Amino acid sequence: MNRSGVIQFILFFLYVLVQVLVLRNLVLFNSAFCFLYIAFILLLPIELNSLILMVIGFVIGFTIDIFYDSMGLHAFATVLVAYLRNYWLATITPQGGYDSSSSSSLTVNGLQWFLVYTLPLVFIHHLVLFFVEASGFTLFWYTMLKVVGSLLFTMSVIILLQYLSPQRRRS
Amino acid sequence: MERLLNFIYEYRAFFTFLFLELLCAWLIIENNQYQSTKYFNSSNRLAANILGFSQGTREYFSLRTINENLAFENARLRTELEKRNQLIGDSIRTHIDSARINQFEYVSAKVVANSTNLYKNFITINKGSADGIAPGMAAVSDAGAVGKVKSVSEHYAVLISLLNVDEQVSSVIKRTNQLGSVRWDGLNMRYSNLLFIPRHAQPVIGDSVVTSGFNAVFPEGILVGIIREVNLKEETPFWDIKIELSQDFGRLAFVEVVKSRLKSEKDSLEHITMGDTK
Repeated sequence: MNRSGVIQFILFFLYVLVQVLVLRNLVLFNSAFCFLYIAFILLLPIELNSLILMVIGFVIGFTIDIFYDSMGLHAFATVLVAYLRNYWLATITPQGGYDSSSSSSLTVNGLQWFLVYTLPLVFIHHLVLFFVEASGFTLFWYTMLKVVGSLLFTMSVIILLQYLSPQRRRS
Repeated sequence: MERLLNFIYEYRAFFTFLFLELLCAWLIIENNQYQSTKYFNSSNRLAANILGFSQGTREYFSLRTINENLAFENARLRTELEKRNQLIGDSIRTHIDSARINQFEYVSAKVVANSTNLYKNFITINKGSADGIAPGMAAVSDAGAVGKVKSVSEHYAVLISLLNVDEQVSSVIKRTNQLGSVRWDGLNMRYSNLLFIPRHAQPVIGDSVVTSGFNAVFPEGILVGIIREVNLKEETPFWDIKIELSQDFGRLAFVEVVKSRLKSEKDSLEHITMGDTK
């Protein structure tokens, strides 16, 4: 395993721990959740094979499920995002393509691109997550409120962390 | 054959995706089955330890309330005991069935993890099969009913909270003895609904709702909540009744798991009488 692999490995545990120790207890207005762990999938290196990506997505989703007692729920939503991620990245390629081994972080690509990249994927993740959990559309508007509230909360935390994280740009 | 393999290889990402999603879907459906002994939930030791650490930190902020509640319950139990002692003194019962008196045994446990704002909420506690806890048992607190045991590991157990849209508790309105069923609607963690109270019944705001004891999971007469809103729509056979849960699940710290000693006897009797209905 090379150096970036080790860093990702440590990050994996960091994301899971923050999610289950801190964010699990942090629910705003009883409806806005923060599922920060999805950022781990979104911020993995761009050229990563989508097969590996899905397996990683499954593992992190499954780990979160153990703590939320929601077997398969988070894994389902995260695998979906992991599958869609590379197609979405290919669709929104900036002119001239990505640099090889470039990351999808905000500091490299700018806020606008980062929002276009993360917002739809996080939205899909939350949408699937809450509607599968509600197992249907009976509570449509309340579930929708949870989706949108959580989307705002999760996105704010992801973007905040992007600005706070050490600049890994080396040029 | 080669073309088939080529086809699968070409779309390997999609097939992996399909496989993983089907696996997850199967897990979700499997998990919705009612009782089970499973390893991959918060009753596994590592997960429970981590969650326990988190809950422990939270609890420091509510130690005062927890202490007050426990002291209050102590006082109540002492009164109860004294009353019972008086009763035994002038008892008119000639035959005492010790099996019936000891029908329920309580195991006290601490809450390790608890959620209140999902649609399907679960509670993890720090007692498991080593203390005789098994799936299907009831959990109560000093304030009222809490839930049922869903799965156990050796030292931990996961309860289905009353705040779970899949959970129904057979209950009666205490004043009129009208049988109904309490089920949460997923919205507010302080309120639940009492279903299947027919039109001719007369529920009144302020009536208390207690467990019926018909399914022998909960002991009879455990408080579930107080009726706060009654509504009768045209052309519906049942009342819309909103109850305020007596247990505030946001503050839950200790629960008692109820071991019913006569449950298997009752179940097997019913089984013989009614035949195998499932």
